[in-house]
Amino acid sequence: MGRITLKNVSKTFGEAKVIPSIDLEINDGEFVVFVGPSGCGKSTLLRLIAGLEDVSGGQILIDGKDYTNNAPAERGLAMVFQSYALYPHMTVRNNIAFPLKMAKMDKAAIDKKVTDAARVLNLTDYLERRPSQLSGGQRQRVAIGRAIVREPSAFLFDEPLSNLDAALRGTMRLEITDLHHQLKTTMVYVTHDQIEAMTMADKIVVLNRGNIEQVGSPLELYRSPRNLFVAGFIGSPKMNLIEGAYAQSKGAKTAGIRPEHLLLSKDSGLWTGTVTVAEHLGADTFLHANVDGIGLITARCDGEFGVTYGDRIYLTPDEGKLHRFDGRGLAIGNAGLAA
Amino acid sequence: MATQNTKTLARLMMAPSVLLLLVWMIVPLAMTLWFSFQNYNLLDPSSDGFTGFFNYEYFYTDPAFFQSVWNTLVLVGGVLLITVIGGIAIALLLDQPIFGQGIVRILVISPFFVMPPVAALIWKNMIMHPGYGVLADISKFFGLQPVDWFASYPLFSIVVIVAWQWLPFATLILLTALQSLDGEQKEAAEMDGANFINRFIYLTLPHMSRAITVVILIQTIFLLGVYAEILVTTNGGPGYASTNLAYLIYRVALLNYDAGGAAAGGIIAVILANIVAIFLMRAVGKNLDR
Amino acid sequence: MARSVTTRHKVTATIFAWIVALLIFFPILYTIITSLKSETEAIAGFNLLPSFTLESYITVQTQRDYLTPFMNSVIISVGSTILALIIAVPSAWAMAFSPTKRTKDILMWMLSTKMMPAVAVLVPIYLIFRDLGILDSRIGLTVVLMLINLPIVVWMLYTYFREIPGEILEASRMDGAGLWQEIVYVLTPMAVPGIASTLLLNIILAWNESFWTIRLTTTNAAPLTAFIASFSSPQGLFWAKLSAASTMAIAPILILGWFSQKQLVRGLTFGAVK
Repeated sequence: MGRITLKNVSKTFGEAKVIPSIDLEINDGEFVVFVGPSGCGKSTLLRLIAGLEDVSGGQILIDGKDYTNNAPAERGLAMVFQSYALYPHMTVRNNIAFPLKMAKMDKAAIDKKVTDAARVLNLTDYLERRPSQLSGGQRQRVAIGRAIVREPSAFLFDEPLSNLDAALRGTMRLEITDLHHQLKTTMVYVTHDQIEAMTMADKIVVLNRGNIEQVGSPLELYRSPRNLFVAGFIGSPKMNLIEGAYAQSKGAKTAGIRPEHLLLSKDSGLWTGTVTVAEHLGADTFLHANVDGIGLITARCDGEFGVTYGDRIYLTPDEGKLHRFDGRGLAIGNAGLAA
Repeated sequence: MATQNTKTLARLMMAPSVLLLLVWMIVPLAMTLWFSFQNYNLLDPSSDGFTGFFNYEYFYTDPAFFQSVWNTLVLVGGVLLITVIGGIAIALLLDQPIFGQGIVRILVISPFFVMPPVAALIWKNMIMHPGYGVLADISKFFGLQPVDWFASYPLFSIVVIVAWQWLPFATLILLTALQSLDGEQKEAAEMDGANFINRFIYLTLPHMSRAITVVILIQTIFLLGVYAEILVTTNGGPGYASTNLAYLIYRVALLNYDAGGAAAGGIIAVILANIVAIFLMRAVGKNLDR
Repeated sequence: MARSVTTRHKVTATIFAWIVALLIFFPILYTIITSLKSETEAIAGFNLLPSFTLESYITVQTQRDYLTPFMNSVIISVGSTILALIIAVPSAWAMAFSPTKRTKDILMWMLSTKMMPAVAVLVPIYLIFRDLGILDSRIGLTVVLMLINLPIVVWMLYTYFREIPGEILEASRMDGAGLWQEIVYVLTPMAVPGIASTLLLNIILAWNESFWTIRLTTTNAAPLTAFIASFSSPQGLFWAKLSAASTMAIAPILILGWFSQKQLVRGLTFGAVK
């Protein structure tokens, strides 16, 4: 079981209030991603759950039991660190076995568990090597192996993929998601990368300056961002945010339209603009255009769209998928939900 | 890392070394301060009693005092100058690809391992002796009158000995810094058309500034207390020509048995050392923060 | 073409480097050579070829008893260093892994105690030692050298410990290791190279310390520094014997230094230069 409840949790470092007050419920078996820009408090929140930092106020419950003042080891959680934090002087086998050795498990049982974990993670051939002799992806898997042998009630991941190159990151994303499906254990995952959040999460928690901006499934956040911050943070390329006459005509301070919700044409449309940059990826095309009376707009369309720098193009927003925000940056109505 | 438990524990673990150093600093210093206001001669048990600032006045008005302060500055400054400039030059040389790098390094670092009295005796007898030293042999070979170094240039001779001891230290630290200079930076500067001298001034020297600071700090700590080199060579003489402040205090304390006077001198030395320390710590503290 | 230029550059650099290295090493070399000469050879002018006689070494041992000060040097320098390590390891651990705003100040203060001129406290220390009856004793000297090297030991260990990533210690905590297990299984194995290099450098510093070792001893506990300093008193011109005694005084630490110079260089910079 791994149900984690945060009640009024706050954290201050000296004068700085890193986390003013957070309430959050993480259900058993859920894959929850904390996402936000650097310095938003997401890692601190994870470390509070882990017990590596003391909370300044509030309670942390695991399966309904208060663990606020317990040492990290007593919480039954396992953590995978950004730097992997492998023990450099131990072999892969001993790295994975370390938590079991600390739990004073007998040797035969440890061996069996390590062998099983190594098989699941494709590490069998590397058990006698040192971490320094492994590639980045293999080190990452050792760190995960060290976490799973403990059979924790929940896994905590602190930006585990940020030290890997782009291709490997894609592979490891799949592996971790797959692992979650196999183990069905609660996972709490911290990242600044919204693609990781969108692809892996059951539930995303968007954090900004220590506050929760919105909690929801990836598609909920995509379709109906609660405010400008979430609108700008979720989705790639970023949502176009337009102020001025156009927004006012829609009864909003700011109007938001995602690049993929703009219809592109070479001969007619609502807006006209000049292409400043055209990125042809084959499968899709990203256009950056200076739109008359609106400003810089990014648009995306499937497949190839044959324009280049300086060409005139026409753009038509799909107004059914328009997001509207008031003066305080909060969403008006739920235009997106209609889609 | 930052839970309350670990913080309390951390304080407990720091306590022994902090307390020991505190006691080591305060108790003798307090006694010195007390003696400095006493009429206290080690040989004359009847001499006691409060004398006010007499000891300070006595020490301060001694012409040897100013000479020894000056000598201390010359000694520290001279050695720093020689070791930093020489160290940079040798480090640049050793940074080149050369045959037998390992042995050259071993030869260059060796003087650092030589204890001060041995270093001083070697230089005094083997190298600088007016009758049997190597320098005298060279002078005689050219038909020149050998120089009696310790009689004619006592302070300079001591500067040479101490600089010889500390040159390896400076060289190796500067060499380490030099070797950590990013190769791509050098190549970029070459592409930008910087010649060797420009690369040295605009790239190498700023890169080494931190190492130079460390060299100055560590050496100053040790150079302020130069003692054995003077003891076994000139004994501070002729007159007070090669007496630094540390040696002057020693002379007053153990040659004149005037504990009160020596204590006053000691307090003055502590004050002067603190002034140097404050300057150094400021400069270094700034340079060491990343 | 390019290759011949670089080879010539390397040969030139090699020649200069060897000249400089030999000049720096010359006083030591010449002392070793002279120690292998007879007394008459030693004062017969410049000569790099000794007769390879060991008579001076034998004389130094029989007349002046080299072994006693040698043993004193070993016991005092090794003892004071180990004592300092035992006290410094926990402190450095705390400063590196649980730093506060004042950690840097404490470190700086510790280093500044080394700037206190030793002579300023010579008389009080002398009197304290006299009253405690530990003048001219190995224990007294060991304690003093431990104290004067403690700041450097703490500082060096601190810089080595700080290179150990905190996340690894946190990982061990998550893995259920208690403080003791964390120190035994994780921290210590990772810190061994740093501790070894600290140990070496401080043995060398203690071996060569030449104020307290000369002033606080007379005969019983006199280490090699005091032994050799006694040769400065005028006693006739015994160049070869002096050279032999000097060589014997520096040889152990010189050899130790040569073997460990790689680790030493890093330690010497107090972590300030990478």
